[in-house]
Amino acid sequence: MTDATFNGTSGGGRGRSSLSTADANTKRRNAAEKRFRAYGLTAIIIGLFFLVVLFFSIIRSGLPAFTHTVVEMEFTLSQAQYEEAEDQLFKTKAYSNLFIAQLQQQLQERGMEVEFDEAAIERLLGKVGGNLREYYAGNQNRLGEPVEFSLSASSRVDGYFNGRVTRESMQDSRFLMASDLDLVDALRNAGIIKSEFNWNFITGADSGVDNPGGAGIGASVIGSFFMMLVVLVLSLPIGVAASIYLEEFAPQNRFTDLIEVNISNLAAVPSIVFGILGLAVFIQFMHLPQSAPLVGGLVLTLMTLPTIIISTRASLKAVPPSIRDAALGVGASKMQAVFHHVLPLAMPGILTGTIIGLAQALGETAPLLLIGMVGFVARGYPDGFVAGFTEPNSAMPAQIYTWAARADASFYEKAWGGIIILLVFLLTMNIIAIILRRRFERRW
Amino acid sequence: MPTLWLFLIVLGIAAVGYVLGRGRALQSVGGDNRKLHSLPSYYGANVLIKVVVPAFLLMIAWLLIQPIVVSNTISGMIPDRSVDNTGSLGLVMAEVRRTAEGLDNAVAQGLMDEDFVNSARADLADVTQRLKDAGQIVTSEVTQPILNAAQRYRVMNATGNLMMTVAVLVLAVLGALWGLRESQGDFRARNTVEQSIRALLIGAASIAILTTVGIILSLVFNTIEFFRLYPASDFFFGTNWAPSFSGRGGSSDLGVIPLLWGTFYISIVALAVAVPIGLFAAIYLSEYASPKVRSVAKPLLEVLAGIPTIVYGLFALLTVGPLLLKVFGDDGLGIMQAGTAVMTAGLVMGIMLIPFVSSLSDDIINAVPQAMRDGSYGLGATQSETIRQVVLPAALPGIVGAILLAASRAIGETMIVVLGAGAAARLSLNPFEAMTTVTAKIVSQLTGDADFASPEALVAFALGMTLFVITLCLNVFALYIVRKYREQYE
Repeated sequence: MTDATFNGTSGGGRGRSSLSTADANTKRRNAAEKRFRAYGLTAIIIGLFFLVVLFFSIIRSGLPAFTHTVVEMEFTLSQAQYEEAEDQLFKTKAYSNLFIAQLQQQLQERGMEVEFDEAAIERLLGKVGGNLREYYAGNQNRLGEPVEFSLSASSRVDGYFNGRVTRESMQDSRFLMASDLDLVDALRNAGIIKSEFNWNFITGADSGVDNPGGAGIGASVIGSFFMMLVVLVLSLPIGVAASIYLEEFAPQNRFTDLIEVNISNLAAVPSIVFGILGLAVFIQFMHLPQSAPLVGGLVLTLMTLPTIIISTRASLKAVPPSIRDAALGVGASKMQAVFHHVLPLAMPGILTGTIIGLAQALGETAPLLLIGMVGFVARGYPDGFVAGFTEPNSAMPAQIYTWAARADASFYEKAWGGIIILLVFLLTMNIIAIILRRRFERRW
Repeated sequence: MPTLWLFLIVLGIAAVGYVLGRGRALQSVGGDNRKLHSLPSYYGANVLIKVVVPAFLLMIAWLLIQPIVVSNTISGMIPDRSVDNTGSLGLVMAEVRRTAEGLDNAVAQGLMDEDFVNSARADLADVTQRLKDAGQIVTSEVTQPILNAAQRYRVMNATGNLMMTVAVLVLAVLGALWGLRESQGDFRARNTVEQSIRALLIGAASIAILTTVGIILSLVFNTIEFFRLYPASDFFFGTNWAPSFSGRGGSSDLGVIPLLWGTFYISIVALAVAVPIGLFAAIYLSEYASPKVRSVAKPLLEVLAGIPTIVYGLFALLTVGPLLLKVFGDDGLGIMQAGTAVMTAGLVMGIMLIPFVSSLSDDIINAVPQAMRDGSYGLGATQSETIRQVVLPAALPGIVGAILLAASRAIGETMIVVLGAGAAARLSLNPFEAMTTVTAKIVSQLTGDADFASPEALVAFALGMTLFVITLCLNVFALYIVRKYREQYE
């Protein structure tokens, strides 16, 4: 174990050592012990440190997605102004000029002098004139009275508000000039521009590549929901049936071994291979619609089944044999013993396993890429229940990937925000699973 | 949705059959259920099974076979000339299908009537215009052979659906009658029903086999197709990966070696991060930690395993990549060009694998019998000496198995490398350069617009096959080691 050499000059000879004073060898061994222990502790601390860093960066980068910047101001358009604007050749330009005039006036009333032109307004707020014109075309009765407008600012103004864009880091471009930030500051001091909770991010659908501000995750949450419905409806009964067979009825033979080997191997097959399977079987061979939650659900079902089967078998195994023996003893058939007694007792464990399997499936991305859930822009909600399964839609992780793959950096913020929502769903599911386990699981 | 309706009707017949069967069995013994062989509900269930199972099996088989029969007939009808014009039979068939759907929808919207659809032979421009009015996507103009094929397609599908409805309903009613005939007091209903349920359970268990077969078939057929278009030796031994994007170039270099190198390099980096941290964490948790620390630290570490891989991918792309670039990039050491690199992906993948290594090793270390530790302490060894010289050697085979499982995870991981490793395939030793992996290329070759018949798309299946074989071998070997080790101490 240790090299004990007889060395007279070292002074630590075995003969003269005493139990109350540690000799050099013992000291060395104790130091090694401490070091080893410290390595272990360091490893755990590093692991937890990574966890903290991960969550910190998710929250720091993702929270801005939940707010957006809006300009709220009262705008009055008289009948005469309306008619005059409609008479002109460039109608939306006329509306923007009216808007700018009123904005300038309102700023002056609050004692602020800022120079700005139409181009600056367009960089900050997009095509204001068009929006105004559209509103008054539909609401002619509001002419002449003050109307409260809430216009969402461009994603770069969002960035300025939450620190992604700073005066030092920015360069003048056709999207934002340094002088615009003066205007933004003035507007902020006047209380006209402010940050608001962005409901559109939670309820809205995806926007095109040119409009990061309008992108929402709502439609893909619905897509994920329909997918999980398919997974639940298929994988729970099939998984439970397969586990009951393997655990309670299967004889010891080649066929049973084959199934067992298959299940344990499928649990370790890379998820992308399931995507290839889905592409080849469901889309190429069976001609099911691409990007449909139905196909995604089928692929994820095949992926989730091994997980559910493994956990279900564990909870069936945990039901003591005396329960089965008692049922058989009072005359139940084997099938009755299993379905009337063993299965209900194993149910909490089965449900826990199912929820954890679903949570895994919810976060799975790679197979969805192959069945066409990227590249598809989910611009709206599905209309109706059946359409929810068969119409192309996105799913939460696929949507996050789509945003992360877009060139515009403003979408990264949305991707992080999407991750927060995804993690909230996962956390909820896992908490439900833990509660189920704590409350209903019996220890025999 | 005629299929949905048919499904509901069959279920309705089954429900009625259940009630009737139960009633008939009770009636046959004069309402005294002690004289029945089985509980009354089993007689009902017997009828229900006899209605549902054959009818649904027929329905599924029909739905699978009908499209194949129809498209075979139709593709025989299409003259070679129009195939030459569009390029491939698959495209023509897609157009036929689209036209037929367009006709269906136009009829549904009332823009055409059934007679017009079936007789519209002469005026192609008119048909096209009407389809466009109905909001249907029609290429440019419907040609004569395609219109004929589409009409035939509609007719065949309509008759097929009608025949299926009739056949399924007849089968359901026959099943009900058969079940009802059997519903007599001395019929052994429970045994029959239980046998059917048992068959159902076996069927559910066989889905695992079916899935494996499906994976293997879909990989093998497409891989063979690929090797017909592209020589296998060039694929396995080619050192250059440069697919052409023109669609059907033939000038693509599709050598797998740079991809395999990228995959293994990233996995090695990942394991270099995950194995020491995971192993030491497992040792600390199982040998040193107090129950309190263990109950907090273990679940927290396992949270890392529950986080979806897309999150790690984004973490690599947007947090770790820029961070590494700051240290090793042009402003720092100057050996890193972009945020996406082997190091970025490997590091993040390593973080993902920490809980995987630690919880597997934890189990294995816990399985080492306490007597071995006690023996070592008895000889005067310190705790760390016991762990290094007794526990770890005893647990070594199991730990190797755990590491192999982690390696197979790393090789098959997709999202982290798609987002974090870059897209360029190269053979390089510099871990700060962008490389790409098998999984990342499967994604990029199959998510483009490439035609499925081109070697550029089919190569993804060959890559998938390579990946499947490698991970399967690793898994089988690792599971074998772990199992053998477990038996040793049981």
